[in-house]
Amino acid sequence: MTQYTKPLPTPDDFDKPYWTALKKHELRMQKCVDCGEIWFPPTPVCPACLSHNHEWIKLSGKGKIWSWVFFHQLYFPSFSDEIPYNVVAVKLDEGPLMTSNMVECKNEDIRCDMRVEVFFDDVTDLVTLPKFRPDGSAKPGS
Amino acid sequence: MKLRDIRDKTAIAGVGNTPFGALYKKRDPRRNAYTLGLEAFENALEDSGLRKEDIDGVIMSRIPSYSKMCVMAGIKNPRLTNVLEAEGRMSGIALQYAAMAVYTGMANVVACIYGNDGWSAGATYGSEPQMIDSYNSPFGMTSPGASLALMWQRHMHEYGTTAEDLGVLAISQRKFASMNLNAVMRTPLTMDQYMKSRYICYPLRIYDYCLINDGGVCLIVTSAERAKDCKKRPVYIMATGQAANHTPYYHAPDYGWNAMKLVADQVYTMAGVGPGEIDCAQIYDNFLPTVMLSLEGYGFCPKGESGRWIRGGRIELGGELPVNTSGGHCSESYMQGWALHAEAVRQLRGECGDRQVKDCEIVQYICSSPICSSHILRR
Ligand SMILES: [Zn+2]
Repeated sequence: MTQYTKPLPTPDDFDKPYWTALKKHELRMQKCVDCGEIWFPPTPVCPACLSHNHEWIKLSGKGKIWSWVFFHQLYFPSFSDEIPYNVVAVKLDEGPLMTSNMVECKNEDIRCDMRVEVFFDDVTDLVTLPKFRPDGSAKPGS
Repeated sequence: MKLRDIRDKTAIAGVGNTPFGALYKKRDPRRNAYTLGLEAFENALEDSGLRKEDIDGVIMSRIPSYSKMCVMAGIKNPRLTNVLEAEGRMSGIALQYAAMAVYTGMANVVACIYGNDGWSAGATYGSEPQMIDSYNSPFGMTSPGASLALMWQRHMHEYGTTAEDLGVLAISQRKFASMNLNAVMRTPLTMDQYMKSRYICYPLRIYDYCLINDGGVCLIVTSAERAKDCKKRPVYIMATGQAANHTPYYHAPDYGWNAMKLVADQVYTMAGVGPGEIDCAQIYDNFLPTVMLSLEGYGFCPKGESGRWIRGGRIELGGELPVNTSGGHCSESYMQGWALHAEAVRQLRGECGDRQVKDCEIVQYICSSPICSSHILRR
């Protein structure tokens, strides 16, 4: 297997649960126990009420594409074989916006507001990235 | 506490800059933010007729050390010293802070100094190691331009704006630059050339992106009273304001309009004029969609209408609202808003030659980024 050379996340003390959950193929984000706010990216306290009480809830992994682009300019040499590659901003059903890539979908088929579901991409032995594919494309048993 | 009426209490008494087009012809490793800032400072001082000893406040941006800059400029004991981040949003903020300092008497004459050696230093705006983060880089996402590409894609989806709309703006700004001897890119652009140009981040093309070039700009701010005794006619600060849009990404689902509305309400109220009374606008164009979103956010046209609104010469010389009359960041020079301030001053003084807006009395500066800022200036 060729070595994975793309940028990898650098988990820190407070976002470790996010990355650990992805490794187990779960999309988890922080939810405030006191006010119900769900937020992303992870931060130490609830940005809505500053409560220190939050739980890492499991999300549906569903959402829709808020917007999308194709990178033609090469910024990361490790992406050179994939230019033009897609980047999407996904609005999760639970609220947060996250950056990702669409997989199992041709670039030209990507649309704003299309329904998507998370796809767990085990890019290395240690890291799983949350990518997205058209909703309902999961094969039975997978 | 109520917002004080600072209308017309402070003024821009001097502007200076380095050459832009000439410096773009050749990279020079000896050029740096200090040498560029210093040259602009000397020119602004000369333009104002003030002496170096009159400067008792300095606010700079993109200059690493305020101490080194002040040593080089021989400004020994200013009563106000600050350095703002190397972000374009800081140019408007520098002027706002200078006006506040002068209004309160914390300083009498403030030099706002900017130097940018991005061209000679090989800046790439997106590939820098410090831009790597856990939530974007693993997916290949980087650079504010890609965020504007996301917002423009969404805008086209929601409102039916088009790629050609940005082309109209690009061509108009290039036309202004062709009338500006100091501009970096002066060759007129056609729609065909625009549409055939390469994509940087689809749906944005190379002409939708700001230039990368070297230069420096300096603005000297003092009281309206004192400005009357300076060499050139004062340019009064009628209103200034800022409102931030602190969100997890550079792109925001509201297009930044909530923050723009806060700023628009403040500056139009303070100045006592509305969008219809603005004679020309200098609108921050890090990427061309930013101009379109600003025109809509400040109420020059309804939401979603900018594409139709800018057509038919409306934003060109002789039109209802000439926009970015120097050529802006995409054609004149990427001085992160600073040169747009200089252009605003020169338009109000009637110093712009072929590209001079006739009877130019009120100019608005607008920068819409994670900190939105705006000023309304008059002659
Ligand atoms: Zn809370």
